[in-house]
Amino acid sequence: MAKVVYKVGDDVSTDIIYPGRFMATVLPSETPQYAFADSPEFNARIKSGEFPPQSIIVAGKNFGCGSSREQAASCLKGPDFVVVARNFSRIFMQNAINLGLKMVICPTIETNEGDELEITADQVVNKNSGKIFPVIPMPKARQAIIDAGGLIPFARQLVVEAQGKG
Amino acid sequence: MGMTMVEKILVRATGQAEVKAGDVLEPKVDLAMSHENGALVINQFNDIYKGTGLEARVWDPSRIAIIFDHRVPAESSKTATNQKKIRDFVAKQGISKFHDIRGDGGGICHQILPEYGYVRPGHVVVGTDSHTTSHGALGAFSFGIGATEMAAVWALGKMLNVEVPKTIKVICEGKFKRHVAPKDLILHLVGKLTAEGANFKVIEFHGPVIESMPTSGRLVICNMTVEAGATSGIVPPDAETVRYLKEEAGVEEVPELFGPDPDAVYEQEITINVSKLQPQIACPHTVDNVKPIKQVLGVKINQVVIGSCTNGRLDDLAIAAKILKGKKVAKGTRMLIFPASTRIYRQALKKGYLATFMEAGAVVMNSGCGPCLGIHQGALADGDVALATTNRNFKGRMGNPNAEVYLCSPAVAAASAVTGVITDPRKKGE
Repeated sequence: MAKVVYKVGDDVSTDIIYPGRFMATVLPSETPQYAFADSPEFNARIKSGEFPPQSIIVAGKNFGCGSSREQAASCLKGPDFVVVARNFSRIFMQNAINLGLKMVICPTIETNEGDELEITADQVVNKNSGKIFPVIPMPKARQAIIDAGGLIPFARQLVVEAQGKG
Repeated sequence: MGMTMVEKILVRATGQAEVKAGDVLEPKVDLAMSHENGALVINQFNDIYKGTGLEARVWDPSRIAIIFDHRVPAESSKTATNQKKIRDFVAKQGISKFHDIRGDGGGICHQILPEYGYVRPGHVVVGTDSHTTSHGALGAFSFGIGATEMAAVWALGKMLNVEVPKTIKVICEGKFKRHVAPKDLILHLVGKLTAEGANFKVIEFHGPVIESMPTSGRLVICNMTVEAGATSGIVPPDAETVRYLKEEAGVEEVPELFGPDPDAVYEQEITINVSKLQPQIACPHTVDNVKPIKQVLGVKINQVVIGSCTNGRLDDLAIAAKILKGKKVAKGTRMLIFPASTRIYRQALKKGYLATFMEAGAVVMNSGCGPCLGIHQGALADGDVALATTNRNFKGRMGNPNAEVYLCSPAVAAASAVTGVITDPRKKGE
């Protein structure tokens, strides 16, 4: 069980999650300092380290739309957030899977900041309201990458296998 | 069962007899493009090989393109160091499609790829940039991916676990009225579909408007399909595609063309009659907040921007020069123009467009992405309003979350620069 620490609306773009002017910073170890940089209060709280791992960001539909910048996923992976959204934009979702950022697709989610959520494979339970919301599974096509812990270990295995055959 | 354009391209890229939406495939990649974020791709690429004892070599250095465009020339030592890291990697791996910061061969990646004939009909193209959708204009299946995904492509030469997207068929009928352009068509479509209306889907364009549209216009509409969430936009290649490749891109041998099957299965069909279309404006702060120009006439603007991978091509500059000739940019309004490539820059120079812009009071900048996403010059002040021919108006997009960005066609941008307020170019007597 974990707490909703931040709630945003629909169509939150990667320009909001990771403003373009910080794109020269690329390393996943360095990107979290600019997460939601144009939302100074939340950014300051991220940097203070006050959020325990698996703290939850809740979003509306089409979270992560816009640019393909991977920093938008890596900056949330660093502090180990879980993102629960009504749905995700394609490139953001693939980046998040590739980096091992936990996402939950929950089309009917209703929460407030401060609510405690219990997330399982098929549902989200809002402990404050008592309401239960169904979860849509991640695309089957990507499950092997999720199971491998991300695309780097998955691709590493393939590279080694290809070498063995060659 | 009939197949769409993308399904047929994936048949070619996988060797399977048939492909349908929902299948999970591993298509071979014909071209893999990155820009400055190649620095992150290199980092992830090396990480894949960590601990394997294998040498990190890209699968095919002739199929990788790297174009510096986001921050050119470098705005900071950090960017300069990233660019140097990429230059070293390019040399070590023997990557041939590399465009450094040069006046005789640089530009924005989505102009360089078509201009140099790197994209062919039927290709599978991936790029670490969301506007990689642009290259569907040449009949390729072309889409944006992240840096880690690209690292895996560099290592393996294929995309892993791709779910074949469904396709939306858009039929464009009628005829554009004067000063109504492909940009107005795509803004209208994005407004209609909404920002997520084509998420995980392909938009395939058809109809007489598309058939008579030059490749430069097709690049505009495919470029912005991603603003409706689309994986890719695509135009079935035709005689115009062949003309562009031979005459403008120097391609000698064009592969055999193919279109979708007549009985292809589409997720939905949308028909748009462009004869009724008036200039369209995307209002702050989402690209799908689209209104006909009459609803926003008179909005005061502090900065006009013409350029980018969307509308920085020669025909865009030609229309702007025609409107600005002998006129002045309004007092209190700044105008920035950045051609999409240095080839276009040189062509515009020869045709006198750049002199026209400067005499009108505009600032002509070098080719690059910078102002569009607020990362290199042209940043907005608190409270500023910008009108731009670029592709996104998200909060903070032009470098300041306390500013507003409206999106429009080059004709609207030029006419508005003269008055200092959003102005309908059809009302101007030129």
